[in-house]
Amino acid sequence: MNKNLKEQVLRSSGVNVLKCMRCGKCSGTCPSYDEMEYHPHQFVYMVEKGDIETLMKSDSIYKCLTCFACVERCPRGVEPAKVVEAVRLATVRQQGNNHLSPVQIPDMLDDDLPQQAIVTAFRKYAK
Amino acid sequence: METFTYYPGCTLRTKAKDLDSYARSCAQALGIALEEPSDWQCCGGAYTTAKDEIATKLSAVRTLNAAKQAGNPLVTVCSACHNVIKQTNYDISNDEDMASKVNNYLKLDEAYTGETTVYHYLEMLRDVVGFDNIKAKVVKPFKGKKIAAYYGCLLLRPAKVLAMDDPENPVIMENFIKAIGGTPVIYAQRNECCGGYVTLEDKAQAQKRSSNVMNSAADMGADMIITACPLCLYNLKKNSGSDLPVYYFTELLAEALGLKEDTNE
Repeated sequence: MNKNLKEQVLRSSGVNVLKCMRCGKCSGTCPSYDEMEYHPHQFVYMVEKGDIETLMKSDSIYKCLTCFACVERCPRGVEPAKVVEAVRLATVRQQGNNHLSPVQIPDMLDDDLPQQAIVTAFRKYAK
Repeated sequence: METFTYYPGCTLRTKAKDLDSYARSCAQALGIALEEPSDWQCCGGAYTTAKDEIATKLSAVRTLNAAKQAGNPLVTVCSACHNVIKQTNYDISNDEDMASKVNNYLKLDEAYTGETTVYHYLEMLRDVVGFDNIKAKVVKPFKGKKIAAYYGCLLLRPAKVLAMDDPENPVIMENFIKAIGGTPVIYAQRNECCGGYVTLEDKAQAQKRSSNVMNSAADMGADMIITACPLCLYNLKKNSGSDLPVYYFTELLAEALGLKEDTNE
C-alpha cells in the first residue's frame, strides 16, 4: 500500500471513506456500473485499504460521468464520485499521462457535437 | 424591470444558438433585462470536485465577480454552466482555504467571497417572473401536448449545493410545462444521466444511456422532450436511436409567448 497516495486522494477528495457502511447504493444507482471494472463502492473500500494504484491503472476512472447520482443518494454522505475524481486526477497529473490529446479531437467531431462535450472531456481526462 | 447579469457560456454561442436566442427574446418579453459581461470565459463544462483544484475554478469566479461588480444576480441557461458556477460559488462561500487561494491568485480590488446570487433561467422564471405571470402571457398554449421534462444530472445535483428543487421528485420543469399550457409527463429516467461527454470515447455507453432516457419518456406517452442542456440534447437526438422530438425549453417558451414559429405542427 502506498500511504502517500492514499493521503493525497483523501485530501484531494475531502471524503471520509470511514463513513461508508457498505450498503452498495452508490453502485446500485450508478449509470456506468456495467462499464466499470471497479464500481463506486469498491473505490471507497479500496481507497480505505490504500489500494490506490490498482484503481489508477483501471479504465473505470474514465467511465464515471460525474452525474452525482451516488453523491446525492448515499445515505451516509460519503460522496463516492469525489473519490473517483481524486484517483483520476492522481493519474492524469502524472507527467505524460493525459487520457485525451488535442490531436485526437478532429476525428471525434461531427457537425452537431457541442463544444461543451470537448471542454468537459479535457477537464476530466487531461492536465 | 429586473436586471440580471447573463452568462451564456461557450456552447450557446455556437452549437446551441437556439437555447440562447430564445432565452434572450423571452426574458425581454417577460420584463427581465439580461446584461452579458463583456469578457466572459468558458466555465470549463465540468465542475472539478477536488479540493486541490484551483485554476479550473477561476473562470467561474471571474463570472461571479463580474455580476457582483454590476450589482446584479447572475443567471445561466445551460445546465452545465449552472452546475459549475453554483458549485464554485458554494466552495468560495464555505471553504476558506479555497477562497483564500483563489483570491490570492486573482488579486481583485475586493476579494470575492460568494456575494453573488446565482439563478438557473428556470429558477428566474419561477422565483422572479412567476409561472402564473408566464401563464397569463401565453398566446399559443401547448394544449393537449404531452411534454416530458428531462432534468438529467447537472440541473439538480448535488441538491444541497444547487438548492433548486427536490432532486428525486422535482416539479420546476413540470410546473413550467403547465404554465405554457402543456401536460407534463412523469417518467423514471427524467433525472438520470444521458451519458454526457463519454460520447467522445465510448459511443456505446452514450447510446445505452440516452436510449434508456428516450424510451422511458416514450413509454409514458410523451409527444416531445425538453432539456436545458446542449450535451443532453445532442445525446438524446444523435445517440438514442429514438425519433421522439427534443427541444430546448426556451424554444417552447418562445413559441408559447408568440415569439417563434410553430415547433410541433
